Amino acid sequence: MNELAITLIGPDRPGIVADVAEVLARLGANLTDSTMTRLRGHFAMTLICTGPAAAEVEAALAPLTSDGQLVASVRAVVPDGVAAPAGEPFVLTVHGADRLGIVAAVTRVLAEAGGNVTDLTTRLAGRLYVVVAEVDLPAGTAAELTARLARVAADLDVEVTLRPADSDLL
Amino acid sequence: MIDEYPGLGGWTPDHLGVPGVVRQVVTAPDPVLSRPGVEVDPCDPEVVQLAADLVATMRVSPGCVGLAAPQVGVGAQVFSVDVTGHPKAVTVHGTFVLCNARVVEATRLRPGREGCMSVPDLTGDVKRASRLVVEGALPGTGEPVRLVTDGFEARALQHEIDHCAGLLFLDRVAGAHAIYQRKVYL
Repeated sequence: MNELAITLIGPDRPGIVADVAEVLARLGANLTDSTMTRLRGHFAMTLICTGPAAAEVEAALAPLTSDGQLVASVRAVVPDGVAAPAGEPFVLTVHGADRLGIVAAVTRVLAEAGGNVTDLTTRLAGRLYVVVAEVDLPAGTAAELTARLARVAADLDVEVTLRPADSDLL
Repeated sequence: MIDEYPGLGGWTPDHLGVPGVVRQVVTAPDPVLSRPGVEVDPCDPEVVQLAADLVATMRVSPGCVGLAAPQVGVGAQVFSVDVTGHPKAVTVHGTFVLCNARVVEATRLRPGREGCMSVPDLTGDVKRASRLVVEGALPGTGEPVRLVTDGFEARALQHEIDHCAGLLFLDRVAGAHAIYQRKVYL
């Protein structure tokens, strides 16, 4: 079974999801995990699907991308076999005046501590820049990481908080 | 409604004895919002005026159920709350101002959506205690109060106490998919 990683981004308009999903369904491509969201007026779709070959999907999407507005990429990927190493889930918030390099500096600190970002959202609202990241951390690293994040945040003149993710499950 | 619940002893903003002045609300990333507020002397005339101003500013702001001193540019542990008439409110203590408030009991965490006049373009999902006991002091007299509340009023109190500690709801959102661009402005 082919597994495909597909990304599409273009100006938001009603019907993008329907158009893309219809193409995939017609080819017998099974949409598995996906994220589709609007980012400052652009609509971005990131999805994994199984079924047809990459070239087939590319050809079928061509009519949607021919006007140059919607940009698509399709490539075959190796199905997920290896489970990511389990860590302790944390949520990180950074907020402050927008400036270059906030995400780069903060995520570098996480990476150096062996943290794995599993989800991340940024929002620019006026002058306010907000980052919320979900990150798995190696056991026992949170306290030291908090101190290192505080130093980076001070350099960037932003606020940072790191807290355990809520994990109450039924 | 005010006397229906114990704790405030019938206090109303009229007890402050000074008219409130509407102040400008500051927005993030203003640094005053991220600094812990200082403890105040509740009887200090400046604090009494600040209390009246917070109430006045809260009242002219549509949908505003609470306002903390850092939001008007003052790094102090003073805030006003009024959830009267809010459809989600259960226990309602009317309009009140607390100085140097702290949470003494917080149980039954519940998720809920929050916004903030100082973060006007975003909202977020935040878990807060739905049963809450708060202690603080009334402005003007310094009289200690112990408020027992729940639900929406409890959420508002925790949001304001956070402001007084230099924290925004953004610092407590549940995850990467728990912040939203505001669609409706009140």
